[in-house]
Amino acid sequence: MAQIRFRNVRHAYPPPKGKKPVYALNQINQVWEDGGAYALLGPSGCGKTTLLNIISGLLTPSEGEILFDGAEVTHLPTSERQIAQVFQFPVVYDTMTVFDNLAFPLRNRGMDEALVKQRVTQIAEMLDLSASLKKRAAGLTADGKQKISLGRGLVRSDVNAILFDEPLTVIDPHLKWQLRSKLKELHQQVGMTMIYVTHDQVEALTFADKVVVIYEGLVVQVGTPVELFNKPRHTFVGYFIGSPGMNVLPCTVENGQPVFYNSRLETSHPVTGELNGKLEVGIRPEFIEFATDGIPVTIEKVEDLGRYQVITLKHESEIIKMVMKEDKVIPAENPRVRFDPNRTRIYCDDWIVEETVHE
Amino acid sequence: MNKTQNNKAWWLVVPVLLLVAFNAFIPLMTVVNYAFQETFGDNVFFWEGTTWFEQVLRSPRFHASLVRQLIFTGMIIAIEVPLGIGVALTMPRKGPWVSVCLVLMALPLLIPWNVVGAMWNIFALPEIGLLGYTLNSMGIDYNFTNQPMSAWMTTVVMDVWHWTSLIVLLCYAGLSSIPDDYYQAAHIDGASRWAIFRYIQLPKMKRVLTIAILLRFMDSFMIYTEPFVLTGGGPGNTTTFLSIDLVKIALGQFDLGPAAAMSLIYFLMVLLICWAFYTIMMRNEEQ
Repeated sequence: MAQIRFRNVRHAYPPPKGKKPVYALNQINQVWEDGGAYALLGPSGCGKTTLLNIISGLLTPSEGEILFDGAEVTHLPTSERQIAQVFQFPVVYDTMTVFDNLAFPLRNRGMDEALVKQRVTQIAEMLDLSASLKKRAAGLTADGKQKISLGRGLVRSDVNAILFDEPLTVIDPHLKWQLRSKLKELHQQVGMTMIYVTHDQVEALTFADKVVVIYEGLVVQVGTPVELFNKPRHTFVGYFIGSPGMNVLPCTVENGQPVFYNSRLETSHPVTGELNGKLEVGIRPEFIEFATDGIPVTIEKVEDLGRYQVITLKHESEIIKMVMKEDKVIPAENPRVRFDPNRTRIYCDDWIVEETVHE
Repeated sequence: MNKTQNNKAWWLVVPVLLLVAFNAFIPLMTVVNYAFQETFGDNVFFWEGTTWFEQVLRSPRFHASLVRQLIFTGMIIAIEVPLGIGVALTMPRKGPWVSVCLVLMALPLLIPWNVVGAMWNIFALPEIGLLGYTLNSMGIDYNFTNQPMSAWMTTVVMDVWHWTSLIVLLCYAGLSSIPDDYYQAAHIDGASRWAIFRYIQLPKMKRVLTIAILLRFMDSFMIYTEPFVLTGGGPGNTTTFLSIDLVKIALGQFDLGPAAAMSLIYFLMVLLICWAFYTIMMRNEEQ
């Protein structure tokens, strides 16, 4: 088990001939605490798998270094890093039984057979695999195989971290929930550092204590699910987390307060000083309500999702989404909306203003 | 609901039935015909029952060629399979060399069998052949035309040269189908090179290897053209394998009855061994 630290990590894949390298990862500086459950969240191609492969040692970063508990491991091969990884497609050794699969990493390290047996039995118990220990691993269903991949990581007591690369992709939806809560439960039991890569916000938010949002090779925000929801540091986090995502509307700033077209908005996070760049105001659909004064809008569409409804509004040429409880009424004439000042924030060039801007 | 009864579609099978009849069934039945009867020409036949079969099965000559055949097939499988796997493992997985290697590997397979025999015959001639001359000038007494040992070695090496590629290509296809994740997982689990081969590569190659061994068994068990051109079954009878012996009996001595009986025995042996091998391999698979 270990704390994982990245120092100025950048990585570019070899470019096609005659082209400049494009950085898949651009300047990662992070410290991930020992025993934490981290989720790397981001769209396809944002660099999250690259980052994972750098941790496991399958890739060496072009620049920067990575440390486990303060010791540099940047150039250590995978086998010496004591890392376990669960892949997108389950990897099991077909010819072996479930028991032999789980015992494989221990036997490879020359562990005493009695100890192997004890460890494997214990882990199989945790994963509910005890009944199928004698079966051939090839005969199991996808979720069973994925449990074996996970188990091969858990049996080793020397593991620094367990990495998951979108491990639920091939699992049936009704089993996803089960396996995900199993993961969470295991994390609490064994307390290993777990790093989970996904592009599914629900998976990330339910699994992790800390979610690391990655966008175009940059870590844009690290935080608890609540922090990500309440205070997105980057407009991408706003879009990507929440359903529907945050409204990001063009604005200007007067006396520290945002102005959206001709409507003055109010924020409890006013801006001081000069701002250069693209200015936007961000407000989550959950914090918009109908009011007697405010921004005049037209109602474009109402989607009823059961307990709440999603209403698509339009002001000038901008689309605004709002979420409203089922029992509230949509005004019949001249609808106007008001943004909650506590939840209204100003963004400059996609980054949140009023704090030190993050590099 | 009334089902329309119309069996006219069966007529569509007629062409293939005719084809099978003419290329397999009728020739086979002719052989069966000769195997149970005696003829002196003029289409006059006398019933002989199982006489020819008993004669063949008791004949020391048949036993000798069968033993030679089994040793030959055993040897070439024992050499070609490990060698083929070894070569396939060392071939590059990506890059410009892949196609070069594949073409080089496929070349021997594209050469007609009698040409292979002729090539090796000339190559191995003791006075003028590159191989024969080199061996002799190195002080090794080598003459495949009159030394049984040399003749055997040449035949085996020729077959290995001709057919190892088939195993290489099949194994390479099997290896290429293994996703990278497996190798990464094995590294993470601390598997040795041998463990990776034993638990990842070999199991994934099992199906193609089954096919490869079956093909090599059948082909080598029925081998005729290459040794016929290379050694003609000699010196003496030392490289006379089953099919060469069969042709000698049928066309050399015109003993049609024993030759037909031997053909049937030969055919049943190939069929039986292939069936047994395949059944055993597939039963393992299911467990």
